[in-house]
Amino acid sequence: MAVPLKYNLRNLRLRKGATVMTALGIALTVTTAIFIMALLAGLRDAFTTTGDPQNVLVLRKGSNSELAAGGVDRAAMQVLKELPGIARDAQGEPLISGETILVIVLPRADGTGEVNVTVRFMTPRGIEMRPGTKLVAGRWFTPGQREVVVSKSVHQRFAQTGIGDTIWIGKGTWNIVGIFDSGGSAHESELWADTNQLASDLDRTIYSSVLIRATDPVAADALKHRVNDDQRLKLNGMLESEYYAQQTSSGGPIKFVGTIVAFIMAWGSCFAAMNTMYAAVAYRSREIATLRVLGFSRPSILTSFVLESLMLSLLGALIGIVLMLPFNGMTTGTSNPLTFSEAVFRLRITPSVLVVAIVFAMGMGLIGGLFPAWHAARRNILAALRD
Amino acid sequence: MTLTRFVRKNAFRNKRRTLLTIGSIGFSLLLLTLMMTIWRAFYLDQGSAESAQRLIVRHKVSLVFSLPSFYREKIRALPGVKNVVPQQWFGGRYKDDKPENFFAQFGADPNELFEVYKEFHIPQDQLDAWQKDRAGCIVDAELAKKHGWKIGDKVFLIGTIFPVNLELTIRGIFSAPANTQTLYFNKIYLEEAYTDTKGRAGFYGVLADSPQSVTRVAKEIDDMTRNSDRPTKTESEKAFQLGWIATLGNVKAFILSICLAVVFATLLVSANTMAMSIRERTREVALLKTLGFTRGSVLGLFISEAVTVAAIGGLLGALGASALVWIMAQSPQGGLFLSNMKITPPTMLVAVAVAGMVGLLSAFIPAFHASRLNIVEGLRHIG
Repeated sequence: MAVPLKYNLRNLRLRKGATVMTALGIALTVTTAIFIMALLAGLRDAFTTTGDPQNVLVLRKGSNSELAAGGVDRAAMQVLKELPGIARDAQGEPLISGETILVIVLPRADGTGEVNVTVRFMTPRGIEMRPGTKLVAGRWFTPGQREVVVSKSVHQRFAQTGIGDTIWIGKGTWNIVGIFDSGGSAHESELWADTNQLASDLDRTIYSSVLIRATDPVAADALKHRVNDDQRLKLNGMLESEYYAQQTSSGGPIKFVGTIVAFIMAWGSCFAAMNTMYAAVAYRSREIATLRVLGFSRPSILTSFVLESLMLSLLGALIGIVLMLPFNGMTTGTSNPLTFSEAVFRLRITPSVLVVAIVFAMGMGLIGGLFPAWHAARRNILAALRD
Repeated sequence: MTLTRFVRKNAFRNKRRTLLTIGSIGFSLLLLTLMMTIWRAFYLDQGSAESAQRLIVRHKVSLVFSLPSFYREKIRALPGVKNVVPQQWFGGRYKDDKPENFFAQFGADPNELFEVYKEFHIPQDQLDAWQKDRAGCIVDAELAKKHGWKIGDKVFLIGTIFPVNLELTIRGIFSAPANTQTLYFNKIYLEEAYTDTKGRAGFYGVLADSPQSVTRVAKEIDDMTRNSDRPTKTESEKAFQLGWIATLGNVKAFILSICLAVVFATLLVSANTMAMSIRERTREVALLKTLGFTRGSVLGLFISEAVTVAAIGGLLGALGASALVWIMAQSPQGGLFLSNMKITPPTMLVAVAVAGMVGLLSAFIPAFHASRLNIVEGLRHIG
């Protein structure tokens, strides 16, 4: 027969001080783990939700970043336009957008320094080809004008990026005329402006990349291979979604440091939980013996104490989650090694982050509770009763 | 029985509890020591004497934009400048995309590189060999050890930023005070393969005549290029490295919040242990008082017990951190990031002091209650 759970709950309540202190210790470890996982989840989310599997991104052969030297020249662009499988708009124009990437320096709004930010120069067609992106304030840039729109995250994160502000790009100042929201995708790290204006400013005739919309995902795959295999072009085609997915590697340093931190803190919490549980067992040694006399078996005593430790860690996990929830959706940034500029993303406490956090805490509780419970179950009844 | 012995005996009378507490505090302090070491390496270290004399000149907007080659002689002509070496990041792929196969590759001028980086050492015959072979390269001794390279070996790099691949022959192996994980090749070799890089440099390494002139030289370089179409940003080498760290995100806040969480967790653990052990000894406290121990001395006994346990935990944590850093520096994945970190005695001392303080704070409330105990009540206590 199993020992009722109520027995453990009451005991946790009786030893309030120890319970709260141990649970808080576990909670601190859990908050750290949630924070790291939420950062990684947000970053992964930004990159994996960017890019439509129906869009093909074309880069110079051998390059894996839009920022690399060389790109797609106008002649190659003409060849690309004629490829089969490209979607067309109502007027019969192919949906293809030549884009140029530039990096500018913007000061962070919180005063923690200046960082590189990506500016994407495109035509209004490029905006059309990214239907997930919506204007939230002001208007889109007008072709032929030195106008630029910024993402909501860039607007929040960097100084002087409101509508009406001006920024220096290349050879002159550009006016900010609008703010867009791309729903947490990688474009949240960008500013968008007119490509033809830039071409005349910098005398640049090469696009950094070309985005092509295919008629359907199957055609996109075929188009990608056709671009790759065309010996005239010397270009590298990939699905837009693949291109962004590989940038998830920006989370590498966070993952590396975060894992070490969480691992070490977990051991500290484990030992603390073990201490509390040993004390709980020692304190109740006569009770446990009485339970045994009443007929509760050794396995049920063992289970009971492990469960008590698990409850303790669950409490810790819940406190940790409650402490971290307000940070959900917070905007932050890290460097993207592929574009040499800041990847802006939001902290995302997803259900899977929560599940992992709870399992993590329970793991600490399990290790912390197993030895004391074993000790409790194995004690000699007579010796314990005489204590 | 002396008081020290009394404290020691009491601290270890429940061995398992004391060991678990020491373990728990030890792990927390290990993390704190690591974080303090990273903080020191990032924000407090001034670097070597040579580094303090060096500046990095780059394009004002970003490292991805290059500077014209003629800046080299213009910079050299400024007073206080001793040597200038152009460098170009190549960012090629060696073997595959695995992070452990990543290392820095720079195109540089073999004739002046070692004039600017004076703390690097290379045998003269190897330097001569590199200067004579345009397709040659030199590698850091640690990097050579990691990949098992010898002089004469070929290194094949696939260009990712530039549309060219480089086939280089190792002509020399240099040693540096700290692991640089760097390969240098002749910049002209890249210029011939990809003519767009001709007449340009990614950035310049500049050696000033003294650490005092660094600020002035930086200002003069930036003033000189301000109104050109390629303005520069010149910083001391340390400031340049800090700029890199800043791009990772708000590193300072990250480290501080972890330190805070760790200290608080340690406080909880230690307070919990002390509360448990003092509660168990209520009767003994009453007995001590009957024997004539004053409130103050009872308080002192408990606090010294807590401080002893916490400080031992702190010491073990600090030692553990040194061991961990050493192990990680040996492993190939540890890489550039940790290989140059060293845990100094002052950092360890701070860790032990923090642990001791935490012990003191944690014991104070339960010990205070114990010291105020009524003797008769205490003797009656069952627990």
